[in-house]
Amino acid sequence: MSKRRVVVTGVGAASPLGLTSSDLWSGLLEGRSGSQTIRVFDPAAFPCRLAGEVPAYNIRDYVPKSYRKATKLMSRDIELSVIAADEAVKNSGLVTKASEAATVTVAPERFAISFGAGLISCDLDEIAPCVAMSVTDGKFDIRKWGKDGLQALTPLWLLKYLPNMLPCHVGIIHDIQGPSNTITCGETAGHIAVAEAAEMVARGDADAALAGGCEAKVNPIVMLRQCLLKRSAQNANDRPEQACRPFDAAAAGSVFGEAGGVLVLEELKFAQSRKAVIAAELAGTASSNTLNPEFTHLEADGKGLQIAIHKALQDANVRPDQIDLIIPTGTGIPADDKAEAAALEAVFGPALSSIHAWPIKSMVTHTGAAAGAIDLIAAVLAIRHGVIGPAKNFDRPADGCRLKIAAQMTKKDIRFALCCGYSFGGQTAAVVLKKYEESA
Amino acid sequence: MRHRVVITGMGIVCPLGHDVPTMWNGLMTGQSGAAPTTLFDASTFPTTFDAEVKKYDPARFIKNMHLHKNGNRGSLFALGACAQACRQAGIDIETDAPADGIDRTRLGIYLGAGEGPAVTDAFFNAIINGWDSENHRMNWTQWTEAFLSRTAPMLELEQEPNMPSAHVALLTSARGITRNCLTACAASTQATGEAAMLVRHGKADIMITGGAHSMIHPLGVTGFNRLTALSTRNDSPTTASRPFSASRDGFVLGEGAAIVILETLESAKRRGVPILAELTGFGSSNDAFRVTDMHEEARGAVQAMRAALKDAGAAIDDIDYVSTHGTSTAENDSIETRAIKTVFGDRAKNVPVSSPKSQFGHLIGATGCAELITCIKAIEENILPMTMNLNDPDPALDLDYVPNKPRKAKVDTVMSESFGFGGQNNVLILRRFTE
Repeated sequence: MSKRRVVVTGVGAASPLGLTSSDLWSGLLEGRSGSQTIRVFDPAAFPCRLAGEVPAYNIRDYVPKSYRKATKLMSRDIELSVIAADEAVKNSGLVTKASEAATVTVAPERFAISFGAGLISCDLDEIAPCVAMSVTDGKFDIRKWGKDGLQALTPLWLLKYLPNMLPCHVGIIHDIQGPSNTITCGETAGHIAVAEAAEMVARGDADAALAGGCEAKVNPIVMLRQCLLKRSAQNANDRPEQACRPFDAAAAGSVFGEAGGVLVLEELKFAQSRKAVIAAELAGTASSNTLNPEFTHLEADGKGLQIAIHKALQDANVRPDQIDLIIPTGTGIPADDKAEAAALEAVFGPALSSIHAWPIKSMVTHTGAAAGAIDLIAAVLAIRHGVIGPAKNFDRPADGCRLKIAAQMTKKDIRFALCCGYSFGGQTAAVVLKKYEESA
Repeated sequence: MRHRVVITGMGIVCPLGHDVPTMWNGLMTGQSGAAPTTLFDASTFPTTFDAEVKKYDPARFIKNMHLHKNGNRGSLFALGACAQACRQAGIDIETDAPADGIDRTRLGIYLGAGEGPAVTDAFFNAIINGWDSENHRMNWTQWTEAFLSRTAPMLELEQEPNMPSAHVALLTSARGITRNCLTACAASTQATGEAAMLVRHGKADIMITGGAHSMIHPLGVTGFNRLTALSTRNDSPTTASRPFSASRDGFVLGEGAAIVILETLESAKRRGVPILAELTGFGSSNDAFRVTDMHEEARGAVQAMRAALKDAGAAIDDIDYVSTHGTSTAENDSIETRAIKTVFGDRAKNVPVSSPKSQFGHLIGATGCAELITCIKAIEENILPMTMNLNDPDPALDLDYVPNKPRKAKVDTVMSESFGFGGQNNVLILRRFTE
């Protein structure tokens, strides 16, 4: 039996650059930045006051009428996944239960879902009045909490914040009854979730899958955590658009943001049988580990990332010099960018200086569990349009960075694209996409 | 090429003990892990008891504790369970120069590990400092100052669900495929199943898999209490977890870690390590029904059970024992019984099924793999774990639940089930290893 090939037939993205994947793409080509002063809460006391926020939306516009009531149970992470999934499914031409059509084009039990999700922090505004009931002498009193505060909290509170509620809601809306998984590997969860969804399809457990990652990072606790870990840029609060500078000599940290990114994956013959437009092929994936007791950074030589990239190229059966586009993690955190550049150099050698690298976090911001999915969507669109957008905030390469990063838009036929990612904590991942060609 | 997937190591840290023999002895001798809550003052909570891992010292298992000093409870449990499993499987740990002949880039990790608890003082007191009661809203400047003064960067990082896997990586130097999934109460069953798929399809030679979780903290218990998922039988913790009883009133929250080593049969043979069992089937499905309830007809559970049987090439007649999810909630135990009846048909009443949760409680993310380990032991010893506290059977639930004492039986093939909030259904099939 020949290997089942997995192709991408649709994409959907809600990001700081807009509510659709076309907004994302046009923003990227214009070199627009989604980084701005935080608006959802007052960040005055924050060392870094910048974030990438998704523009305003009404979640009720993205769910079937019968499901509107359930939107009350959605944290913002869930909402972003619902929006991105809605677009991805429509973009692919798949007909699911959400369309309220008589016939669906994928059997629910042959439909899978795998999303990357973050550690969802609860909404502090919501819990605060309950905490405020539980005070003695100005301090938290857990006995009052058990008696009063707890009882004042909405009964289904926990269900808003479980990471698997993203695929749960999306699964109900689109009637996805096959395997459903939620990958929680920090900022590389999106890459890994897409890899696993592709495996579910390749091994025959599903014909189609929704794959991606979503995280609403612009929550006070989550943002302050990045400040505490000294991962966010604290020197550019007056210049939001210039703050995130991947691989640039003046880089001083990342800007974090929120997004949802979803891809529709299908088995090739299944996609062909319904005459789907094939945007790209998922050619290879791999992941590995950083072994750094510091946990917050890559190893200096980027070894864990290097292994993932090397293995993903092997899995895709492609030589390093065949890669036409690299979308690196490129966070703008100097030590990590340097380690990532070292990992890429170790895999690609001299060829690295002739392969286009396009870090996009300077525009999209670092969207955590969504980042891998957003990068993959950008790569799919680059392959499809034969265009690599301009890099932003890359004026002078950081010491030791030999990536070919172009400040202007480049037209180029892209046959193979590589996306790679890593997480604080240590997981690394790489995914190779291929322009669709009839022969494997 | 499809590889056979065998289990060559196992380790556990749970309310019944900090290693497999102690846990198993506890199961066999009718012990319960439940007792009044000691990890925080729960005296005014609706539920004032749980099943805690007591007197656990990770230094019993590992030397380099300084590398893990900030590890959350789940990470520390995972380290102990992982060290046990690796020793049994002949995988060198805590060394830069492993002599076990294993290619580290083919040694992966797949945990279904949960988040770590919030720093209680920082979380609650920062909110109190930030709360503007006059205007009924948060003052974020005051909140920020209070939060920053009460926490530390690494304590925040350690709350991330990928951290147990990061600690396991440092312990083992694993450089292969690494993942963590968090699908509520089904997480470690799903992790083990997906890890088995990676081994079967040649993506890794060996996978360290399982789960780790502790939700025994104020916000965790709050969440479950608000859902009315926990037993409130505060006057009798040890009899509170009573799956399949008429008087069941919720689960008993436990904590812990369980790890198994999966590897290709070729790798196990080449390394000459004993094989504990073979993992032959995995089935996974999604209810796609409601956020709050299981599907009334157990649609998703039935699909996952059938998919696992098909994957294993097993018939219902082959199954000697079903290790249930058996949480002791009204809903789960009825719907799970219904699912078993649907899948097994006329044979349902003749298949013994039981729930170790009646003794060690519900370890949430870690529970599925902990129960898988009880299945390995059941095969090894030809004894079925019991469903404890089953003294007033629910007339509507009429399967053979192996009530109140373990039972000698020929056990060759076992089905282990986990169902999670949100409609996550995961089922594994385990078989006695034969050439």
